[in-house]
Amino acid sequence: MTGKAVVTGLGVIAPNGVGTKEYWTALLRGHSGIRPIERFDPSGYPTRLAGEVPEDAFSAADHVPRRLLPQTDRVTRMALAATDWAFADAAVDPADLPDFEMGVATANSAGGYEFGQRELQNLWGSGPEYVSAYQSFAWFYAVNTGQISIRNGLRGPSAALVTEQAGGLDALGHSRRSIRKGTALMVSGAMDSSLCPWGWIAHQSTGLLSTRPDPEQAYLPFSELACGHLPGEGGAILVLEEAGRVRDRIARGATTQVYGEIAGYAATFDPPPDSDRPDTLRRAAELALADAGAEPGEVDVVFADAAGNPAADEAEARALRELFGERGVPVAAPKALTGRLGSGGAALDVATALLSLRDQVIPPAGPVTAAADRHGIDLVVGAPRSARLRTALVLARGHGGFNSALVLRTPA
Amino acid sequence: MNRRVVVTGIGVMAPGGSGVEEFWDLISSGRTATRPITAFDATGYRSRIAAECDFDPLAHGLTPREVRRMDRAAQLATAATREALRNSGIAEAGIAPHRIGVSLGSAVGCSVSLEEEYAVVSDSGRKWLVDHAYTSPHLFNYFVPGSLAAEVAWAGGAEGPAAVISDGCTSGLDALGHAADLIREGTVDVVLAGGTDAPISPITVACFDAIKATTPRNDDPEHASRPFDRTRNGFVLAEGAAVLVLEEYEHARRRGARILAEFAGFGTRSNAYHMTGLRTDGREMAEAIRIALEQGRVAPESIGYVNAHGSGTKQNDIHETSAVKRSLGEHARQTPMSSIKSMVGHSLGAIGAIEVAACVLAMQHDLLPPTANLHEPDPACDLDYIPNTAREKRVDAVLSIGSGFGGFQSAVVLTRPERTAA
Repeated sequence: MTGKAVVTGLGVIAPNGVGTKEYWTALLRGHSGIRPIERFDPSGYPTRLAGEVPEDAFSAADHVPRRLLPQTDRVTRMALAATDWAFADAAVDPADLPDFEMGVATANSAGGYEFGQRELQNLWGSGPEYVSAYQSFAWFYAVNTGQISIRNGLRGPSAALVTEQAGGLDALGHSRRSIRKGTALMVSGAMDSSLCPWGWIAHQSTGLLSTRPDPEQAYLPFSELACGHLPGEGGAILVLEEAGRVRDRIARGATTQVYGEIAGYAATFDPPPDSDRPDTLRRAAELALADAGAEPGEVDVVFADAAGNPAADEAEARALRELFGERGVPVAAPKALTGRLGSGGAALDVATALLSLRDQVIPPAGPVTAAADRHGIDLVVGAPRSARLRTALVLARGHGGFNSALVLRTPA
Repeated sequence: MNRRVVVTGIGVMAPGGSGVEEFWDLISSGRTATRPITAFDATGYRSRIAAECDFDPLAHGLTPREVRRMDRAAQLATAATREALRNSGIAEAGIAPHRIGVSLGSAVGCSVSLEEEYAVVSDSGRKWLVDHAYTSPHLFNYFVPGSLAAEVAWAGGAEGPAAVISDGCTSGLDALGHAADLIREGTVDVVLAGGTDAPISPITVACFDAIKATTPRNDDPEHASRPFDRTRNGFVLAEGAAVLVLEEYEHARRRGARILAEFAGFGTRSNAYHMTGLRTDGREMAEAIRIALEQGRVAPESIGYVNAHGSGTKQNDIHETSAVKRSLGEHARQTPMSSIKSMVGHSLGAIGAIEVAACVLAMQHDLLPPTANLHEPDPACDLDYIPNTAREKRVDAVLSIGSGFGGFQSAVVLTRPERTAA
């Protein structure tokens, strides 16, 4: 056993593509998932655009057993469907493995929020006896982990992490640790969805959302025109396996692929907002690279957090300049085509980075035509850029000061 | 290099008293802190009992600005963190901020503030299209409760990895297990680790009502939580927080820290059975216990005390009794086991950490806390549950176990500090 964690399966649900192939095709063609909200009437709110997964692109009843529908929020239905796809992609049937050797670690930002709003309305509008018997577990943060475990018979070590956007990387770091400690397979990644009015006003309360009405102009990370971000829903579920086990599986004739190795990971937390100490994003990246035994010069592409507001974009650009030099590494910001998906967004970035490593091409930052000069970064814009890609660095920042970094390598 | 993890500080905000001393006084006396709910008017609810903290944030040094910003769960966690920092002495040890991490368990996050905000913006449930004009500037911090870990990190000057671990009712144990991993692998030397939950709000009380998980014994609140008793009929919801300073052993020794216990082992497994239900055989919890013992290199026969999950639901107490017999074998019958939830209730994602704190104190005091309200033993629960009165006993190794919605089953093994030094 090598103790190395490699990714063998992907399940993707994104606003611009449901399914890995559909999403990857959309990214490379520059198709955006940013559109006016349809799930509820957004006309009374300052921000009316989001990365919403259209109902006709993901109809839960087609993917999730009927008996699970009354007890699950949309976020959990997405997580269950993406898990099925990730297992199929990895050519793994969980029934073939000892149950204690498979675990689940996902991240989550807000639980089954739309479900929660409905039950709050039942309680406050009608009374306690109107609250669903499923509320006790359909809303809480562990819901996706628990339901994935039950549906697939995974009885190994499991967990749910909450660090907002950074969680998508933290769940993968956690899973990698479980594999290093002896678990054969981990289902990981993150799915988030909170596109209900009650979730929407929480997003708006940060004051960080774009209020521009044009979907092509609203979320422009690193651009001179950057003016905030747009939330979205979706994410990615990944199957991680111990590398030696996969090698044996392939030797025995399994038709799976190895997308790449999770070669390094680190997380840091920023000092309080009123502190004069520096933020810690660069340190997270340095520690992740050290963990992977990689020099900054070995990194072929960085998938940026891409906050979309000028101050946060500059903070990230500064970390990149300090690490890699002025325009020292290609920077990808595919989030510009999906919006920020909470913890799901960072997991989706990892899936995207693995597809980039597979196809040796970097997707463009959607509608962004150029990075602002002052950022001094080589942002990939316009068309996909072909490049020799062996090592990718993925960055994520969670609201409040969470920083995480993950290093991916192509299979040796 | 074999890095070992020790406990060098504890802070506890539990029902019945603030701080470690009052907590220990309560649970070693067998008194209970369960009472009629005062947090809101619970008329019309099935279960109207809770174990509440009489907690004054200002008296614990929080500023009015902090109180406005923080959900109650954050306030409890911050107060517990400050107590743990004080009694560990790490604030004076000059530790580099990036060598300190945070791992905080919470099952339901900032649910009290979320519900208060909801009531305002929805005009008490009248509007689906809630009104953003009345939104609190802190709403996003309640919406994503990573903010709880942020508050602890700020209170402790931590700039290493920080996370909220939200594994339902094993969150507190799992957060400690995660913290120990961070120290063992060398990522950090110190982690502020524990759990917090303040779930006594209408929606949480209603959701447990709906599945009859909480006890309706409203006419006798002080004796409502009855783990292992034949007449038990559900748990008593509670709030609280505990934060432990976990530290690498050599690091603690070099700075002359007082070592309270070794965090020797942790194991977790899932039952993949049901989001809220348990099978009677205890197979997965037994496996979690086995893993924790193995990691701690502790033989089942060395366990001198088991701090039970003991929630007082019909099925939990049977499930858990099976798991302990399955993992400790014949030794289970000679091992005292108790549930402090009989006294301080069930504070969801906090209780695991509170119970580990109780285990550390039990080893320090050579005294095992009892299971209160245990007068009619259930024939299906046939171990030694230390009924009603604390028991003097010196123990070298203890086991603390938990079980959570979502199917999580976790176990922690602690040993006396003398064993670490030997």
